[in-house]
Amino acid sequence: MALLKFTKKGIYCPQADVYIDPWRPVPRALITHGHSDHARWGHDYYLCTHSAKPVIRYRLGQTINIESIEYGQDISINGVKVSFHPAGHIIGSAQIRLEYKGEIWVVSGDYKTEDDGLSEAFEPVRCHHFITESTFGLPVYRWKPQADIFAEINSWWQKNQEQGKVSLLTGYSLGKAQRLLDGLDTSIGRIYTHGAIENTNEVIRAQGIKLPDTTRINADTKPKDFIGQLVMAPPAAANSTWARRFKSVSVGMASGWMALRGARRRRSADRGFILSDHADWPGLNEAIKATGAENIYVTHGYTNIFSKWLNDQGFNAQIVETEFEGELAEINESENQEQTSEAKE
Amino acid sequence: MQQFAQLFTALDQTTKTNAKVDAMVAYFEAAEDADRLWTVAILSHRRPKRTVKTTQLREWAAELSDIPLWLFEESYHIVGDLAETIALLLPPPEQKSERSLSEWIHFIRMLADCSDEQKAAAIREAWQGLTPAERFVFNKLITGGFRMGVSQKLMVRALAKFTGIEENVLAHRLMGNWHPDETTFDQLILSSNPLDDLSKPYPFYLAYALDVDFENLGTPAEWQAERKWDGIRGQIIIRGGEIFVWSRGEELVTDKFPEYHFLKEVLPDGTVLDGEILPFKDGQPLSFNVLQTRIGRKNVTKKVMEKAPLVFMAYDLLEWQGEDWRQRPLAERRNQLEQLVSSTPENDILLLSEVVEFGDWEQLAAERERSRELFSEGIMLKRLDSPYQTGRKRGDWWKWKVDPLVIDAVMIYAQRGHGRRANLYTDYTFAVWKGEELVPFTKAYSGLTDAEIRKVDAFVKKNTRERFGPVRSVKPELVFEIAFEGIQVSKRHKSGIALRFPRISRWRQDKPKEEANTLADLHALLTQYGLNNE
Repeated sequence: MALLKFTKKGIYCPQADVYIDPWRPVPRALITHGHSDHARWGHDYYLCTHSAKPVIRYRLGQTINIESIEYGQDISINGVKVSFHPAGHIIGSAQIRLEYKGEIWVVSGDYKTEDDGLSEAFEPVRCHHFITESTFGLPVYRWKPQADIFAEINSWWQKNQEQGKVSLLTGYSLGKAQRLLDGLDTSIGRIYTHGAIENTNEVIRAQGIKLPDTTRINADTKPKDFIGQLVMAPPAAANSTWARRFKSVSVGMASGWMALRGARRRRSADRGFILSDHADWPGLNEAIKATGAENIYVTHGYTNIFSKWLNDQGFNAQIVETEFEGELAEINESENQEQTSEAKE
Repeated sequence: MQQFAQLFTALDQTTKTNAKVDAMVAYFEAAEDADRLWTVAILSHRRPKRTVKTTQLREWAAELSDIPLWLFEESYHIVGDLAETIALLLPPPEQKSERSLSEWIHFIRMLADCSDEQKAAAIREAWQGLTPAERFVFNKLITGGFRMGVSQKLMVRALAKFTGIEENVLAHRLMGNWHPDETTFDQLILSSNPLDDLSKPYPFYLAYALDVDFENLGTPAEWQAERKWDGIRGQIIIRGGEIFVWSRGEELVTDKFPEYHFLKEVLPDGTVLDGEILPFKDGQPLSFNVLQTRIGRKNVTKKVMEKAPLVFMAYDLLEWQGEDWRQRPLAERRNQLEQLVSSTPENDILLLSEVVEFGDWEQLAAERERSRELFSEGIMLKRLDSPYQTGRKRGDWWKWKVDPLVIDAVMIYAQRGHGRRANLYTDYTFAVWKGEELVPFTKAYSGLTDAEIRKVDAFVKKNTRERFGPVRSVKPELVFEIAFEGIQVSKRHKSGIALRFPRISRWRQDKPKEEANTLADLHALLTQYGLNNE
């Protein structure tokens, strides 16, 4: 019997009787990271990394039964050796390694191979079976180094400031928002934040991670305060009545989807910055190669195309359907996206 | 090329027209004359001839990117744009090319006489010397279909700002059959003698759809109403003993319509008519499809002319006795037009667009209701004292089209869109019931909001049954109201009918699929409103 099975509730390890990122309530869940399509409601027990715990607690409630462990620390669950390893996706994100009788599986969760300087940097883990995401599993997706993108963002802010405009920069409140904050040039001006982002910032600062100073927007903030400054908000807020307070504004959107012109134009953002917390095409291919695995299970994204490519490359690859998204993750703009996953890409 | 690529990027990065105009002005200021001219040409839909096949471009790009062709094709399906797909896939450039826009266009045109091997080598070398943004515009120049998010009108506005010449004057200078090889920026744009070119048409005046209340239009006596016809808007020019026929798409189509050629003998020199090129037989218009059979043909034979008879339905008189009459009031132009048509020797080609008499707006509304039985699209309303303006303008002319026909249909196939809609399932095939079976009868892809498109897209992805390349069959469940302008018999379609201008008018979320219309309903519409195909 295989060590991991793909069931209706999610990825399941019968020997250890644990699920990984399950989407239905289960007795015991191992959680790769805090985004809401991975850390869901209703499990009796959660296990994640130390640095992922505060955010999961903040999002799912103080009453959940949650434990955490160090990266690389081994624990044994009914004879299965389990450990968590950095995935580089957001702060606290992990790949989960399971070993039993010499057979090793790794569930990558979401990952990116570029070190963003804030999340624990991705580490390849050797295994026989690797479950990989494929959000950007197409060769048209190749990221530039993040330093280049931050240079673009900062010069956009600078230029808006010269024109007396507000720079409204959007990114999901967990992950993307903090990464953006970390890359902004605070010598240009002040950074204001939407409440959803600032709440997450507080949780992250409380765990000892340093982020630039930000000012939470509230009812007392006057429209003229924003002139020349930068405002960070979740994508959904940019098109809501909340954003009407900014009179002369340029909207910038930071996402991997901005790589395609069609997607950029569809969002009616003034600028699209190509910055993703998922691996690009070269990143996915390198990561898979580095595991040494022969068996690759492709989820989340361009699963058909990417698995066909991997089979061409000599891997034994197959598609794993995820329950609620199917191919929605491919474009990440389904209606319920902001609710199910305000923090994803 | 860098300047032009920057212009493209600047235009692409904003949706605000003022910012677009500013970007163009900045470009015109910085660019060389030859590049200015080519930019004006590209923005007025004049492109270098295609010298390389797109299938070749795909192969070379896949090879250079070191990916199999199938993966290239899959990427193209998702990106939705060939030029962009190639630009995204190629490895980073190896050197920097200093060629200008016009030099690159020259380069592309020289490929016409090259062998396939030479072309492959030249294109490869070109790609390796261009940045991704430059590659994108370079590929667009090769593949044609270059949309820069700028209408000709907006380009003319920028050009006016740059040169200080009035917009109307520039629009006229840019009309007609010029080519960047045969003129210069100076000659075309800056020289003040546009009438040198006898064939040069006037810019068409286009109407907006009526969207104001009748109270705001004043009294019926201030207006002239005519029928709106479904042909090709055209302009007939008689100058220097020659005839020139222009279509609204600014194409010189004189050769396509030999029926009109006798007019140069019977109309006085210095006459320009605005009207409709309309398929017509036995006193009534034929289906637009009849006209389409002629448009694509190189040789218009006698047989073709017999199968697709047509008239010129005259609307307006723009030039009379060599004088530009556009600023005179419509009433005066109309008066002269009527005299002109009635004094032409009897013929069945040049017809006068009849005025629809009406005493009050209710009467006009009733006339509009008769449109379909007269095979007309609706009513045109023109203010009697209006000048003949340039381009689409509000206020003086309105089109008041008849309400479209509608039918409720079930979506059964979906396909990914292109451009702004790339990567989303936006192109749908619809079916109606024939007993227990759903029979496809039309495709339609416009009319939904972005939010609705996202919902339908999510539905498609969750409810796919089969995949055929880019097309998916989906669970029949969603019902849409399809609006269309006309219906006719078609031997090519399984349903036996073809629609004119089908589009989604609304999503019937209130209707279960069982309540969609039937093929019999469609055939009833065909019997009632079907246009003559012969």
